[in-house]
Amino acid sequence: MKDITIYITDRNGTTHEVLAPTDMNMNLMEIIKSYELAEEGTIGVCGGMAMCASCQCYIESDHELPEMSYDEDLMLAEAFYVKDTSRLGCQLFITKNLEGLKVTLAPAEG
Amino acid sequence: MIKTDILIIGAGPTGLFTVFEAGLLKLKCHLIDALPQPGGQCAEIYPKKPIYDIPAFPEILAGDLVTNLMKQIEPFQPGFTLGERAQTIEKQDDGTFIVTTNKGTKHHAPVVAIAGGLGSFEPRKPPITNISDYEDKGVEYIIRDPELYRNKKVVIAGGGDSALDWSIFLATVAESVTLVHRRNEFRGALDSVEKVQELKNAGKIELITPAEIIDVVGEIKVQGVSIKRGAEVFNKACDHFIPLFGLAPKLGPIADWGLEIEKNAIKVDNTLDYQTNIPGIYAIGDVNTYPGKLKLILCGFHEATLMCQSAYQRIFPDKRYVMKYTTVGGVEGFDGSKKEAPKAVVKSID
Repeated sequence: MKDITIYITDRNGTTHEVLAPTDMNMNLMEIIKSYELAEEGTIGVCGGMAMCASCQCYIESDHELPEMSYDEDLMLAEAFYVKDTSRLGCQLFITKNLEGLKVTLAPAEG
Repeated sequence: MIKTDILIIGAGPTGLFTVFEAGLLKLKCHLIDALPQPGGQCAEIYPKKPIYDIPAFPEILAGDLVTNLMKQIEPFQPGFTLGERAQTIEKQDDGTFIVTTNKGTKHHAPVVAIAGGLGSFEPRKPPITNISDYEDKGVEYIIRDPELYRNKKVVIAGGGDSALDWSIFLATVAESVTLVHRRNEFRGALDSVEKVQELKNAGKIELITPAEIIDVVGEIKVQGVSIKRGAEVFNKACDHFIPLFGLAPKLGPIADWGLEIEKNAIKVDNTLDYQTNIPGIYAIGDVNTYPGKLKLILCGFHEATLMCQSAYQRIFPDKRYVMKYTTVGGVEGFDGSKKEAPKAVVKSID
């Protein structure tokens, strides 16, 4: 079983059930882009280097996630609309541990 | 008025390489970029990050890629208008274009190549509801003239180099400097963080962390900000509030140039020459879109090369030309330099 199911609520409030491959070294930001769940140019702006916060997500399920890197933590310190559950999608790699993950995309920066 | 053959908007890798390909066709280029230095995102966002998919470079730092490109295009003497954003474009009766920047610099060219990446870099504005009411009335996102803050009370927000460096600088100019950041930790360079610590200990900078600004207060102009630290909310009097949260790219004024836009990018004819719906305006690199588009530097280089051939035909419709290999034709710079393959020395054998 190489795909997992994750639930992504887009910026309009619609929840999408999507299949995400665990064998392609993909991260959550790339999954969101691949299903075109956020407007091009408003997500993954830095390409996935934790150098912008355009892929900020709120984690809505109680999955155990990999610890935040220093880069991700400090980028979130300068992001807007941050909550306790905020993570950068580009730093969450798709593994079988994330089966059933539920996330909501943070608003786009104005 | 600056005159050139190809006016390139955006001095990132694709824009820079355009100068080289145009130069081989004896076309002169001038580049406009909103950033104060060439290199685009490679220079501004990730100069120290290695790139692994530039052909023939197993690994190269983004900053070094820019340095190499600048060296490669040097013989073609490109002009630069830096720190200015291309604002308007006017098509002339003869089919040429005049592009004016936000600072009023005018450029005239028969061909415009938009190589603007994800757009021009603009300051990130924090989502404080009433902040736009105070822009230029005490709220500034960029420090243009530090003298504006002499003997004033200043509140700076942010945790990166820009917030730290300006706090340090303004500590000697302003009446008071308060730095507000959501964390106790800062992302800036270590020596800047240490300097702020010193100035804090000396009472020259007030540090309020972990906290954020939630409101701007004042009648007509800024008179203070409302700060939230944990459950506590309090007002801090100030004359200026300067949010310094770095830059983010925005397509900006180009979006209003009458070009066909799709997915925040400019639609082009990828079957031929990356021309937009306006003849004479091309879009290359990350700024364009077409079926199968990939936003990769190497794709931008390819697009620039094809675009230059088309631009040549547009400028000289009656001239015949075929592409020449640099191994054959060498590189003849506009500065009089010439690079070419060394001639083989043939010596007879007795």
